[in-house]
Amino acid sequence: MTGKLDDRITFLGRKLGVFLLTVWTSATLIFIIPRLAPGDPIAAMIARMSQQSGYVENADKIIEGWRERFGLNDPPSIQYVRYLGNLFHFDLGYSMASFPATVSVMIGRALPWTVGLSLVSILATFLIGNFVGALLAWQKTPRWIKLCIPPTMIFTSIPGMLAAVALLYIFSFQLHRWLGLSAPLFPLRGAYGRGLEPGVSWPFILSVIHHGILPVTSIVLVRFGYWALGMRGMMITVEGEDYMHLARAKGLRPFYILYHYMIRNAILPQITGLALSLGTMVGGQVLVEIIFSYPGMGTLIYTAVRNQDFPVIQGATFIIIVGTATAVLLIDLLYPLIDPRISHQGK
Amino acid sequence: MNTKVSQPSPTTNLLEVKDLRVYYETPGGDILAVDSIDFELKEGETLGLVGESGCGKSTAAMGILQLVQPPGRIVSGEVRLQGKDLLTLSEGKMRQLRWSKLALIPQGAMNSLNPTMRIYRQIQDVILTHQTTGSDKLSADQIKNRILELLRMVGLPERIYQMYPHELSGGMKQRVCIAMAIALNPSLIIADESTSALDVVVQRVVAQTILRVKQMLGVSMIIIGHDMGLMAQIVDRIAVMYAGKIVEIAAVRDIFNNPSHPYTQLLIESIPSLKEQKPLKVTEGLTHDPRHPPPGCIFQLRCPIVTDQCRSIAPKAHLIRVEQSVACHAYENTDVARTV
Ligand SMILES: Nc1ncnc2c1ncn2[C@@H]1O[C@H](COP(=O)(O)OP(=O)(O)OP(=O)(O)O)[C@@H](O)[C@H]1O
Ligand SMILES: [Mg+2]
Repeated sequence: MTGKLDDRITFLGRKLGVFLLTVWTSATLIFIIPRLAPGDPIAAMIARMSQQSGYVENADKIIEGWRERFGLNDPPSIQYVRYLGNLFHFDLGYSMASFPATVSVMIGRALPWTVGLSLVSILATFLIGNFVGALLAWQKTPRWIKLCIPPTMIFTSIPGMLAAVALLYIFSFQLHRWLGLSAPLFPLRGAYGRGLEPGVSWPFILSVIHHGILPVTSIVLVRFGYWALGMRGMMITVEGEDYMHLARAKGLRPFYILYHYMIRNAILPQITGLALSLGTMVGGQVLVEIIFSYPGMGTLIYTAVRNQDFPVIQGATFIIIVGTATAVLLIDLLYPLIDPRISHQGK
Repeated sequence: MNTKVSQPSPTTNLLEVKDLRVYYETPGGDILAVDSIDFELKEGETLGLVGESGCGKSTAAMGILQLVQPPGRIVSGEVRLQGKDLLTLSEGKMRQLRWSKLALIPQGAMNSLNPTMRIYRQIQDVILTHQTTGSDKLSADQIKNRILELLRMVGLPERIYQMYPHELSGGMKQRVCIAMAIALNPSLIIADESTSALDVVVQRVVAQTILRVKQMLGVSMIIIGHDMGLMAQIVDRIAVMYAGKIVEIAAVRDIFNNPSHPYTQLLIESIPSLKEQKPLKVTEGLTHDPRHPPPGCIFQLRCPIVTDQCRSIAPKAHLIRVEQSVACHAYENTDVARTV
C-alpha cells in the first residue's frame, strides 16, 4: 500500500506546485504591470491631492520622502524580492485613500462577508438548479411540475443587477407600503443591523440572515437556470446509457434509480462547473454587493477604483487570485472522491 | 393440446409469447421492429434467437421484459410467464417480478455497470430491493458471502468485490453481469448478444461461463446472438428471426442438418468452415424499408425460390416435423399433425 501512498503524495505535490506557480505568476504580474504604466504613482497622487486642495507645499520633498518610504528608489530586483517577502506575510502595504489603515486589515474585514455571501448563494444555486434540472428530465416527474418550472427560468435572461434592483424595489421599498406595514420586509442595505456588535449572538446571526436573503435570492434567481438546463441535458444523456437499461431491468425502486444511477452520474460534469464558480467566490459578486451596499470585497474594490487606491486594488486582486487558485486546488483534491474514474494515481 | 393436465410436468411452458408486436414510432411511419412473433420456452430449456443485425432480436427481448423505451411501444400480444400475462401487470407488480423471475444479461455489457458504484453495491442493491420483508431477510454478512459466492461461480477473484467497473476488463464486466443475473435464482435469463463486443477467446470463455451457470442452476434462458457456431454449443432450440418475424424455429440439430427456411439455409451456408474453402456467401439482395414491409412474405426480396404467391400472401408457420416450424409457402403441404 506504500505505492498507493507515494502516488498520492506525488499527486498532492504536483497540484500544490501548480497552485504556487499560479500565485507566483500573478504576484509577479501585479508587481510588473503598474511599473510598466507611464507616470509615477506618487506623483500622480500628489497631483490628485493638489487638484483637491489646490496647492501642496513641498511637493518635491513629499514625493522624495514617499519614494524612500515605499522603497521606490531601490533597484527593481530588490523591490521585487522585498515585495514577495511582504506578500508572504500578507503584508500588502498601506491604503492610499484611507492612509493609516493597512490593506490586509481592510481585506480581512471585507473578505468574510464576500465569502459567506458567495458560498451560500453558489451552493444554493447549485442545489436548486440541479434539483430542478433533474426533475425536468426524470420520466416519472408529475406533469404539472414539468409545466410549472420552465416559466421560472425567464429570470435567467435578465441581468443580475436588474434582478437585484427589482428585488430591492419590491421587498424593501414598496411591498410594506402596499401591505400597510410600517417597516420594510427586508433591509435596504448592509450586512447586519445598525448598532449590533458583530459576534456569536442570536440577534446578530438573525440580522445577518435577514440582510442576506435579498442578495442571495437575486443571485440564485438569475443563475439557477443555467444549472437546471445543464443538469437536464446530462440527465437525458444518462437516461440513454446502457447501465440505466440494466437498472430498470433490475426492478430497483424509481427513487433509488433516480439518485444512485441518474443524478449520481449526471452531476459529475456539473461539479466541474461548481468548481469554476467557486473560483469566482471572492470576486464574482461585485455588482450585487454594490447594489446592496454589502461590506465585502466587491464594495472594497469598487471604492478603491473610484479613489485610485492602487495598493488596495493590487492587494484585493492578489487575494482574489489566491482565492480562485485555492478553490481550484481544493476541487482537484476532492474530485476523485466523487468520480472514482479519476484517481490520484492518474494524470 | 391437452387441457386436462393441471399438474405442471417438467415440460410445461415457462414462457409463452403470442402475437407480440413492438413498433418504433418515427417521423416516416412506424418501424415494425417485432411484428407478431409467437414462441414458447419450456422449463429449463435454452432457446437461441438469431438473425442479422437490426432484425429485432433486442426489441423482442425488451418486449418480453416490458422494458421497451419510447419511441418504441408494445402494440399487441401476450407474454405469459408461468401463466401470468406480464402485459396486464401493474408497474409495481412488474417491478417485483423483475430480476427475481426475469433477469437480463445486457447487450452492451461494457457499459452496463454504473461507473460510480462499486461492483458489490450493484449486486447488493438488487438483492436488497427484492428482499421481501420478514424472516428471509439476510444479514449484512450473509449478503456479502452471497455476493462472494456469486463471483466465485462465474470465476471471478474476490478482489473484484470492492472495485469499480472501470478497473475491470471487458470479459470481467461481462461475468459480473452474469453473476448479477443469477443473484436471485430467476426462472428466466435473457442474454442479449452477450459476447459480440469481446474478442474470440473471451467470447468462448464467457459462453462457457453461461453454460456452466445454466447447468448448475437449471435456469431457462433465451440467448440472443448471431454466432451460429457458438449457439450450437449452448442452446437446445434456435429461433431464426428476419425483419421482425420468426421465420423458423427448431431444435439445434434440425437447424444445422435440415435448415428449411431459405433464410436459415443462407445463414447456415454463410458459416465459415475450416475444412473446405468456399467463397463467402454474402447475403446480398434488396432489403425492404422496415416501415413499409411488402405485402406477402417479408423475405421475398432476397429469396432465391420466390414465387408469385410469396408476393401477395404472407406465409403461415408450418410444422414440418415435430418441433420444427417454418414460415414459408414452400412447405405448405408438409404440415405434420399438431398433436403429438
Ligand atoms: N429507439 C429506436 N428508434 C427507432 N428505431 C429503432 C430504435 N431501436 C431499434 N430500432 C429499429 O428496430 C429494429 C430492430 O432493432 P433491434 O435493436 O431490436 O435489432 P437487433 O436484432 O437487436 O440488432 P443487433 O443484432 O444489431 O443488436 C431496427 O430496424 C432498428 O433500426
Ligand atoms: Mg440487439
